[in-house]
Amino acid sequence: MLKRGSLKIFLGYAAGVGKTYQMLTEAQELRKQGRDVVIGYFEPHGRLETIARTEGLEFVPRRIYQHRGSTFEEMDANAVIARNPEVAVVDEFAHTNVPGSPRPKRWEDVAAIRDAGIDVLTSLNIQHIESLNDQVWHVTGVRVRETIPDWVVQEATEVVMVDVTPRALLHRLERGVVYAPDKAAKALENFFTESNLSALRELALRQTAHQLEEKREDREETFNSTAPLPQTVISEHSGRPEHLLIWLTPHPSTAMLIRRGRRVADYLNSSCSAVCVGHHPDLDRYLEFCRNLRIDTETIEGKDYAKAVADYARTHGITQIFATRAAPDIHKLVHLARDMQVTIVSERVRGNT
Amino acid sequence: MSSREFTRPDPDQLLRQIQAQEEHEARGRLKIFLGYAPRVGKSQRMFDEGRRRRKRGQDVVIGAIQTKGSEDLADLIREFEVIPTRGDVIDVDAILARAPHVCLIDELARVNPPGSRHAHRWEDVEELRAHGVNVVSAINLQHVREQQDNVERITGRRSTHSVPESFIHSADDITIVDVPAEECRHHGAKGLTPAQLSELRELALLLAAHVVEKQLQRYMDAHGIMQSWGTQERVLVCITPRSSARVMLESGARGAARFHGQLLALYVRQPDLSREAGETVDQNLDLARKLGAEVHIIDGPDPMSAIIRFAREQRVTQIFIGHSGKPAWKFWAEAPVDRLLKEAEGIDVRLFPNAA
Repeated sequence: MLKRGSLKIFLGYAAGVGKTYQMLTEAQELRKQGRDVVIGYFEPHGRLETIARTEGLEFVPRRIYQHRGSTFEEMDANAVIARNPEVAVVDEFAHTNVPGSPRPKRWEDVAAIRDAGIDVLTSLNIQHIESLNDQVWHVTGVRVRETIPDWVVQEATEVVMVDVTPRALLHRLERGVVYAPDKAAKALENFFTESNLSALRELALRQTAHQLEEKREDREETFNSTAPLPQTVISEHSGRPEHLLIWLTPHPSTAMLIRRGRRVADYLNSSCSAVCVGHHPDLDRYLEFCRNLRIDTETIEGKDYAKAVADYARTHGITQIFATRAAPDIHKLVHLARDMQVTIVSERVRGNT
Repeated sequence: MSSREFTRPDPDQLLRQIQAQEEHEARGRLKIFLGYAPRVGKSQRMFDEGRRRRKRGQDVVIGAIQTKGSEDLADLIREFEVIPTRGDVIDVDAILARAPHVCLIDELARVNPPGSRHAHRWEDVEELRAHGVNVVSAINLQHVREQQDNVERITGRRSTHSVPESFIHSADDITIVDVPAEECRHHGAKGLTPAQLSELRELALLLAAHVVEKQLQRYMDAHGIMQSWGTQERVLVCITPRSSARVMLESGARGAARFHGQLLALYVRQPDLSREAGETVDQNLDLARKLGAEVHIIDGPDPMSAIIRFAREQRVTQIFIGHSGKPAWKFWAEAPVDRLLKEAEGIDVRLFPNAA
C-alpha cells in the first residue's frame, strides 16, 4: 500500500512572522538534499525576500476559475498529484477554494495530495484554528471566517512555531515588508497592536506545546512504551470514563459552546457528543458544525427540553453536561441535573481596546 | 453599567507606574533567543539579528562568542567588531568604555571564575543594561534554574550552570527557536530520543508562553487595562463546608495541569459556622494547598458577590462550585447559584454535586 505523505505545518501568530519564508527555506534545503520538490501554491504578497526564496523551484501551474464574472486562481491539486513529486509546498492551509473547485477547502486538497504519497509543507496562522475562534475574536475583535477543524491540525506529522517578537513584526509592518503602505496603516490600527499580537503569540506557543503533548501520547499508546500511559480519563466523581455532552439550542452562542466543548474534551482526552431536543431550522447548521468537528450528534424528542436533556445524560453515561448560559431553560437544567457535573459556558466579554 | 472591565488606577499607582516606566526606558533592552536543546540554532539567530540591526545602522559589537565548534567564527570576526573576553569573562569595562548601541553575548549561563567582578555572566549583562547597553543573548532551556528539575527528569542530566528564571522574565523580548525534534537530532543533539526532545521542546514553548503572558500583563497594567483575555486557563474552586471539595479540587488541578493553567481556591468566610463545619473547611483548604492551589480567604457579607469580584480581579476563566442545596421542585425560586450564573458574565461556571 502507498505510504501516506507526511504533513509539516509552519504555524505563526500573524501575517508577516515569516512562515512562508521559513517553509521555502526548508524546501530549498530539501531540494539541495536531492529531493524532488515542487510548489503547489505560493502566495507572494509582493514580499521580495520571500519571492527570492522560490528561485529554482518548479511551480505547478494554477488552475483558473470563473466565478460571478471574476477570475480566480486556485491550486491545481490534481495536477500536483499527476506531477507526483516527493514534496509539495502548499501555502495558506486554511484557504477556502472558489465555488466550483473539486474540493471546497485547501486542507482537503492537501489531504488528497498526501493520500497520493506526497509529503506536504504548509503554512497556517493560529487564528484559523477552529477551537480558538472565540478567543481570537475576544482578543482582536475579528471574527475569522476561514477556519480549520482541530483534528486536521492534530493529524500533522510536525508543527513548527515560527516565532518573532511583536516588536520585530511591527517593525516589518512599518517598513512595508508585510503589506502595502495603505493596508499597513489600517492593519496597525486594528489587528496589529502590541498587546493583540502578544496574546495571539501566547496562544500559538501554548497550542504548539499542546500539539507536542498529544503527539507524544499517541506515540506512547502506539508503541506501548514502558513510560506511564495516559489512561482514559476516569471521572473523579463517578469512577466512569469522562464523557462530555453538549446541549445544542438554536441560540447563536451555540457555535461557541461547541468549540469550547470540543476543546475541553480534547484536552482532557474524554469523549464528546452532542444532543438537541426537537427540530428547529437553526439547529441544522450546529448539527453540521458538530459533525465537521467529529462530534457525534443525536436529536431527541421531548416537550420539556431541560428534562429531556437531563434524562438523556443520566441514561447515556454522561459525566458532564455542557450548556450555554443563554439556553432558555438553563436554570431548570441546572436544578434537574444536580446529581451531575454541569458546565455553563459563557461568551467572553469583549471591550474595544 | 457597561460590561467592560476598566478601572481607573489610583493616582499613586499611576505615578509608580510612570516612574517604573522611566527607569525601564533608561535601561538597556534585553532580547533572548531561547532554545530547547544544544545546537537548535540559537546563536545563529542571535548573529542574524546582529546583522539585521547593523544593516539598519545600529552600532553592534560582540561581547562574547562561543568558540567551540563554531566553524564560521572567522567570518563573524571579520563582520563584527569583537571586544575580546578576558579568559572566559566578558570585559564589562571595555564594553562600557566602547559604549555600543547593541552588544551580542552568547552563552548567558556561563559561570565566571572566582574573584571575577560578578559570579555569573548574566550579572555582567545586568550591569551592561544598567548602563544603557542593549543586549542580545541566547540560552538553552537546560540552563534555566527553575526548569532544571524537569530537564533532569527528562534527560537524566543536569547542568551545573544556570540562570534564574526571573532573569529570563526580565527580558524585554524573548524569541523561541523552534525546530522539530527530528531535525535537532540530525544536527547534533546526540543521545536524546525524539520523545525526550519533544518534551524539552514543550517545556521551552511553555516557558516562552509564560514570559509572554507576564509581559502582556505588565503592558495591560501599565495602560490601566483590566481586561482578561483568557489566554491562560485560570480555575477558581469555591470552598464551602458543604461542597465536595475533593472532587472539585482534583478535577480543577487536573484541568489546570492539562491546560498549563493556574489553580486557585477561595473561601469566603462565613459567620456562625459549627465547629465541625469549620474543621471541614480547614481540611479542604489544606487539600487545596497540597494540590498546588493558590489559596485565598476573604470576607464578604454577600458570598456570591465576593466570589464574582474576586474572579474578575484574578482573571479567572472557570469557576468550580457546588450545586445549590434547595429541592429540585423549587427550581423557579432563585438560588445563590442562579445569581452566580447570571452575573458571572464571561466566565464559565462548572457545578458539582454536593457531598452526600
